[in-house]
Amino acid sequence: MSATTTLNRLSNGSFALVKEVMAEGLTRRRLLDLGLVPGTKVEVIRRSPAGDPIAFNIRGAVIALRRDVAGQVLVSPWK
Amino acid sequence: MGLTYQSTGQSTTREIFNALADHCDYAIALAGNPNTGKSTVFNALTGLRQHTGNWPGKTVQRAEGSYIYKSHRFRLIDLPGTYSLLSNSADEEVARDFICFARPDATIVVVDATCLERNLNLALQVMEITGRVVICVNLIDEARRKKIRIDIDKLGKRLGVPVVATAARSGEGMPRLKELVSDVASKRVQTKLQPVRYSQEVENAIARLEPRVQAIVGNSINSRWLTLRLLDGDTRLVHTMENYLNTGETVSVMPVVQEGLV
Ligand SMILES: Nc1nc2c(ncn2[C@@H]2O[C@H](COP(=O)(O)OP(=O)(O)O)[C@@H](O)[C@H]2O)c(=O)[nH]1
Ligand SMILES: [Mg+2]
Repeated sequence: MSATTTLNRLSNGSFALVKEVMAEGLTRRRLLDLGLVPGTKVEVIRRSPAGDPIAFNIRGAVIALRRDVAGQVLVSPWK
Repeated sequence: MGLTYQSTGQSTTREIFNALADHCDYAIALAGNPNTGKSTVFNALTGLRQHTGNWPGKTVQRAEGSYIYKSHRFRLIDLPGTYSLLSNSADEEVARDFICFARPDATIVVVDATCLERNLNLALQVMEITGRVVICVNLIDEARRKKIRIDIDKLGKRLGVPVVATAARSGEGMPRLKELVSDVASKRVQTKLQPVRYSQEVENAIARLEPRVQAIVGNSINSRWLTLRLLDGDTRLVHTMENYLNTGETVSVMPVVQEGLV
């Protein structure tokens, strides 16, 4: 059993599996459409200088998410 | 007395979108995620017979062209590249409204063979609105290079709609694409749509609400899909419907929804 955290708390270069999208409404829809459904493996690619947004590799595409949005995705660190 | 959607809806709506600006036999929409080669497919099909502009009332780019296949003229409407039809950005609204209200005779969904999984989200969303879909698995040359193999027949069987592998830049698969689009648009081939099933709770809500939605919109819109959007709380869509359907009837959808949600 690995601990649960949120996407914004992972360090660059690490991987995690999506457990749950906690956002509601259009933000939730947007995140699901980007491929962040439970079980999806996500890689943290890099952060912009101010630490926001954060770039992730989601199912083969590099996608930047605002930190507060990434904070609404529950994940378990991978390996 | 206002015109009702039942009698004139389809042609009125198409005129709103100028899909039939000049004579053609079939209107075909082209949808896909950004960067899947949609414009390349568009150019390969239409050659120089195309013009560009904006969607009515939007700053979203629009391209239209036509081609002739077996002496029928097909008008091709390039929709904005999107990952979804449901997140309500201007691009997504244009794509969704066109497929939903202008009801093209067929919709080509261009997907990227090198990341199929990501692309099938949009394909399934389109297929929730209409079964008249052809899936164009583009960039198949790139997939081959990356040693990705795609079982096109199996994909077609699972989705219930025709699928073709293409490399639009070199023209590979284009004759077959034209053939399949013609099959679907002319209804020579019946697509077998397998609707996405939701949790029992959602299906129960659909079962309660859909008959009443259908009583209002008739067969002008896919009532299951509209019911899902209403359950989703997509009130913008209801307002859009009022614009396109050009009838007071849709106003009465809202009380039905509110009732259904309690
Ligand atoms: N190798 C390869 N490249 C393609 C293919 N189709 C499009 N491209 C290239 O992919 C890039 C994006 O294509 P474009 O048509 O602009 O994509 P759109 O954003 O979906 O309209 C361009 O550089 C195209 O030349 C294809 O089938 N094979
Ligand atoms: Mg394009």
